[in-house]
Amino acid sequence: MAAVNQPEVSDKVAVEIRKMNKWFGTFHVLRDIDLTVYQGERIVIAGPSGSGKSTLIRCINALEEHQKGSITVDGTLLSNDVKNIDRIRSEVGMVFQHFNLFPHLTILENCTLAPIWVRKTPKREAEDTAMHFLTKVKIPEQADKYPGQLSGGQQQRVAIARSLCMKPRIMLFDEPTSALDPEMISEVLDTMIELAEEGMTMCCVTHEMGFARKVANRVIFMDEGQIVEQNEPEEFFNNPKSERTKMFLSQILGH
Amino acid sequence: MSQADTSYVRKHMLAESPPPAAETGVLKWLRENLFSSPANALLTIVSIYVVYQLIVASAPWLVNSVWVSPSLSACREILDGEVGACFAVLTERWNQLLFGFKYPTALYWRPGLAFILLFVCAAPLLFFKFIPRKFMVLTGLYPFVAYWLIWGGTIFVPLFALLGLLAGAYVYKKTLFASAGLAVIAGFTAALIVWLLTSYMIRDLEYTLALQPVPSRDLGGFMINLMLGVTCISLSIPFGILLALGRQSSMPIIKWICVVFIEFIRGVPLITLLFVANVVLGYFLPPGTSFDLILRVIIMITMFASAYIAEVIRGGLAALPKGQYEAADSLGLDYAQSMQFIILPQAMKISIPGIVNVAVGLFKDTTLVSVISMFDIVGMIRGPILASSQWNGVYWELFGFAAVLFFITCYGISQYSQWLERQLQTDHR
Repeated sequence: MAAVNQPEVSDKVAVEIRKMNKWFGTFHVLRDIDLTVYQGERIVIAGPSGSGKSTLIRCINALEEHQKGSITVDGTLLSNDVKNIDRIRSEVGMVFQHFNLFPHLTILENCTLAPIWVRKTPKREAEDTAMHFLTKVKIPEQADKYPGQLSGGQQQRVAIARSLCMKPRIMLFDEPTSALDPEMISEVLDTMIELAEEGMTMCCVTHEMGFARKVANRVIFMDEGQIVEQNEPEEFFNNPKSERTKMFLSQILGH
Repeated sequence: MSQADTSYVRKHMLAESPPPAAETGVLKWLRENLFSSPANALLTIVSIYVVYQLIVASAPWLVNSVWVSPSLSACREILDGEVGACFAVLTERWNQLLFGFKYPTALYWRPGLAFILLFVCAAPLLFFKFIPRKFMVLTGLYPFVAYWLIWGGTIFVPLFALLGLLAGAYVYKKTLFASAGLAVIAGFTAALIVWLLTSYMIRDLEYTLALQPVPSRDLGGFMINLMLGVTCISLSIPFGILLALGRQSSMPIIKWICVVFIEFIRGVPLITLLFVANVVLGYFLPPGTSFDLILRVIIMITMFASAYIAEVIRGGLAALPKGQYEAADSLGLDYAQSMQFIILPQAMKISIPGIVNVAVGLFKDTTLVSVISMFDIVGMIRGPILASSQWNGVYWELFGFAAVLFFITCYGISQYSQWLERQLQTDHR
């Protein structure tokens, strides 16, 4: 697989996670997570199910609350203050496994709602931006339809466009292709690759190892709520260090 | 399967083609729907027989009906021993059935006009997809106009009430940036101040721009049922939304207030609440204050209905996938925005059948006010009309008429709600 042109990674920190711990009830899901993401970096988080990788990125925009340690997003320390959380969320885009488009709004309204009400962008301008990003994900002609009328791949691309309309500085992807038919995975991955080439800071939880090889600057392997191994993709896939990583890779790349 | 069959390459893809034209004809319809099996054929024949018997039994009653007659005995004379309905009671007491027996005859046009305006002013809300938003101003003004038309008195009473609300809304909007809780309190205070100040001015304005006043106890007939139904249903929906959201709140005090309110009101029969409104509430009010009975009843029925509607909406909120909340959150929408634009529109859509169920039930329950000696349509029938010497004994015609009125209204509500559900459907179109 040909490597895509990799934009420069700056030395400015986008997300800094220090000694972060999280429990679901008494279950210790995340244990002492230390992670620094630099601006322009593309990180892929892999690991078996239940390893806490989704929970980790959901902590970054406070969809899950962490109990110990600190998370700093774009220079702002995540606290319990509602306004602080809302501000961080408006800077961090998120794409979900099940798209989570708003079914009662048209595609265009899905994309303009947050810019109009959170960013206070004038309606006309928000619509222009929305059409720009819908064109970028190659579905401008669907703008007046409702999500229920689109295919899964199209819906996920709309979800990406909806996040981009907020002009986020960081994008989080929570298994964006796991709910898609095989034929539709590549159209979503193409969109994500394009985004990566433009230098967007991205944290992707995904099982698409081809995507990880092609796009990521760093692959993080998690198991049992902790980071087991992280490395550049070449090293990670060709020369994994930990036994657990070797086993995981042999299982998912075995076929 | 032979060896030759396994290898196959399609030469051309089939084009999309229309479905086969449906067979038509009355006979086919009859065969498929009425006589598809011996058992169904038997059921069809039995049903036809039952319907036939019903028609035969009721036809003479309807055909021979008498529409003009001063009393039941006169009616029987006209019928001369034959079976026949005496609908003359409806024509004779038409106004009483609709407006009660004390509403001034010369002023019937006022509630009549209010009734017509109801449709005009509700239209922008009911058909919000087809009528420009700005016409909703009419909907907002309607309660004040209707109050003035029905009760009369100086126009300044509803005008000042409106002024207070507007002042409250304005202050609420201006203080919202600080905190939502503060804004509610500030808005409420502003409205109270305006009402307090204007209440002093009202005394001097009693006869300026005034319609002839009609006291609450003079209202009656189907008018009361409509007034209570429309007012209580439209008030209980916003209160129900607030209660449902409050019950989901993460703030324990708000949550428990809502839970206790809902569970208490749902655990008490409506008729008990009406008795409380009628009798018990008087003990708690300072002596000398008279608190309008209709207002008390409206408060009680609204409380009752909002508890039920809150639970219906809670069902709608619970039916939404968690992902909708998360998507709204992840875009940076705050609580009020995500509720207003994302959660409530969807939850309300899911709740439409349940809300309509409560609304229809509530509308019919407004007849319970006859028990606390208000003369709504049932109160009129049981009281002044059946008790009069002319019409003592006319049951079928009167209660049948009340049933028809309620059926028309409730069927209308039901049809509208089904139409609305189709309008809001956004998938598979």
